[in-house]
Amino acid sequence: MLIINDIIEKLPYTNPFLFVDKINMVSADAIEGCYSFKKDEFFYKGHFKEHPVTPGVILTECCAQIGLVCLGIHLLNTEELNTGNFQVALSSSEMQFLLPVFPQETVTVRSSKLFFRFNKLKCEVKMYNQQAQLVCKGVLSGMIKSSNI
Amino acid sequence: MGNDQHLVQLKDIIKTYLPEDVPVGAIGEDSNFVKELNINSANLVDIVLDVEDAFGIRLENEDMDKMQTVRDALNIIAQKLRDKK
Repeated sequence: MLIINDIIEKLPYTNPFLFVDKINMVSADAIEGCYSFKKDEFFYKGHFKEHPVTPGVILTECCAQIGLVCLGIHLLNTEELNTGNFQVALSSSEMQFLLPVFPQETVTVRSSKLFFRFNKLKCEVKMYNQQAQLVCKGVLSGMIKSSNI
Repeated sequence: MGNDQHLVQLKDIIKTYLPEDVPVGAIGEDSNFVKELNINSANLVDIVLDVEDAFGIRLENEDMDKMQTVRDALNIIAQKLRDKK
């Protein structure tokens, strides 16, 4: 089994599109991780003009990277002994956004598995800010599978 | 319950996941889910899960690999229902 920090190393993302700093907890059914939005993230320059707010698509991406991909990596590695390469694709997202997230805020994502079958992972995700207020929530699903034969 | 009844039920499940440019009338026994009905792999999983609920059966990875056409799905459903008895 992978140690928690190995999961982040296996992620197929890098700067400026990696939105996972730390995994706090992972199990067969759930995961929790966090990310701090830096002052100079690339999208703040344009969203919005002179008034930086984290775009909803980026919050969704952060939820997906922690809630689907990190959990998916963990599940793949507990299911199969082989820890080779894998492929991921987001297949659907249905999100609600309740509060804005500004630069330098730290968010915590909690995701619980609805099902993982035939390489499709579907999860219920929730994102909280440092005041433990719900920022956004929704249901995400994606395909994740080993690409090594 | 005959195969025709299964086909009706299966069509009903499939139509929810058809892309906008594929009409319900395009679903035939020979239809290939991915190549002809343009159903992606994520939605094919949804179809399998709906089939499991509708028919009270459970499919395994091997069944999923074999399920290329509507007829393949009907055969798997019939087989699983026989095994259940």
